[in-house]
Amino acid sequence: MKSKCDKCDKPATIHLTEINGENKVEKHLCEDCAAAEGITVKANIPITQLLEEFVLQSAHGDEITNLTCDVCGTTFSEFRHNGLLGCPNDYNAFERPLEPLLSRAHEDATRHIGKVPSRAGSDQKKQNAILKLRAELKNAIAVEDYEKAAAIRDKIKEIENP
Amino acid sequence: MKLADLTQRAGEWLRGAGPMHDVVISSRARLARNLAGMPFLSKCAPIQQKEIETRLKQDVLAAGVAEKVFYVDIAAAGELDRKILVERHLISRQHAKGKHPHGVAVSSDETIAIMVNEEDHLRMQTLRSGLQLAKAVEDVNRVDDLLEQRIDYAYHDRYGYLTACPTNVGTALRVSVMLHLPAVKMTGEIEKVFRAARDMHMAIRGLYGEGTEATGDFFQVSNQTTLGKTEEQIVEEFLEHTIPHFVEYERRARQGLLKNRRTAIEDKILRSLALLKAAKLLTSDETMYLLSLLRLGINLSMVEEVDLKKVNELFLLTQPAHLQRILGREMSDSHRNEARAAFVRQRLSEN
Repeated sequence: MKSKCDKCDKPATIHLTEINGENKVEKHLCEDCAAAEGITVKANIPITQLLEEFVLQSAHGDEITNLTCDVCGTTFSEFRHNGLLGCPNDYNAFERPLEPLLSRAHEDATRHIGKVPSRAGSDQKKQNAILKLRAELKNAIAVEDYEKAAAIRDKIKEIENP
Repeated sequence: MKLADLTQRAGEWLRGAGPMHDVVISSRARLARNLAGMPFLSKCAPIQQKEIETRLKQDVLAAGVAEKVFYVDIAAAGELDRKILVERHLISRQHAKGKHPHGVAVSSDETIAIMVNEEDHLRMQTLRSGLQLAKAVEDVNRVDDLLEQRIDYAYHDRYGYLTACPTNVGTALRVSVMLHLPAVKMTGEIEKVFRAARDMHMAIRGLYGEGTEATGDFFQVSNQTTLGKTEEQIVEEFLEHTIPHFVEYERRARQGLLKNRRTAIEDKILRSLALLKAAKLLTSDETMYLLSLLRLGINLSMVEEVDLKKVNELFLLTQPAHLQRILGREMSDSHRNEARAAFVRQRLSEN
């Protein structure tokens, strides 16, 4: 494929084939010249594409893909596939690969400086304990062990309203 | 108050009023929130999703976010009701799909809509007509404060409000305005606008948000960055840099058209009005195109017999689901085109 833009010397990133009746015209353009011709280039980079690029660039690709959240069981490769995290603890579990990703998505920022809930949220440890119990609860219900499910529910209530 | 009561009129945000309403149709602010100690929605078992919905529905209705609030159980709603909610911008297209437990709470004036079990457990939005972004953000912040008294949010000291997708994390605030840019489109400068938006880290989408192409003359501009800025900074950037820039582009293009191509533009606009008043068949796309020109004509003082409010209402009421609800029956495309033309003729003949 032609690698230089038809109009200038920049690398061509947009390749088009226009068909007018019998005629086929091929165009190879850089982003700026394409925009000048009225060809829209999608401005938003989807999260999954950011993720893909990131994992490809990373020297520890395998290690990162195998990261797993011990609270909800989501793996980094699952997240990479659908762009959605499994639970609040994933932000800790995937911290290493997430930081550069956040920085790319948010104009180099990786720290929140906005609103803080006035009702001081329960601490992370407590939240994770509840999350883990909820995962157990889900399993107990799946195997129809309702006695165990009831016991887990009580435990959750105890932690939520001490 | 229920959904059926809404279809005869347009919500507050389509009044055709508010600052810069010649270019800015509406302003929207949206906050995403998740419950602490709960997995995000995609990792919730159906029973957990139900538990979340039941709980949040209760909290949202009891929090007193508006004088009158009603809740629509979307899983139980029919196809037409779901589409009406989308056409009214009360839910996302994504949220209209599926049978999992999900719903939306709406204030009777439609300035507040709170989606339950969308991509995040809670997505609250406020809508205002014209450029009233500061007001919309103030509204959504108040809703958030009220809900927060009842709900523990998933919050992280470093990353802020935690969201299922990390592109929303931090403030989890998305502000957007709907712009009407017919002149920029006509003069072929729309690509400049797109490029400017990209340089300012803004996203441009179509009339119905994410996943809809920016086609026609309506564009939604929103912030991409939610982390590392305060809510005030996000709004300020938007109000002081982004939006005036786009409004200026459009106003200048309109002046240029008036100066250089006045008769041609006037011809186009008056023909549109004549077509709308006489046509026997109108597709949804053609209606949008003609109404857009009519709206431009009103703003350029070339049309006086129709006002902005009526045109804005027609944009909404001629959408497929609204049309079918107003006329009280489901129709095929071709029947709809006939009914749409009749409806438009009738509305334009009323004063």
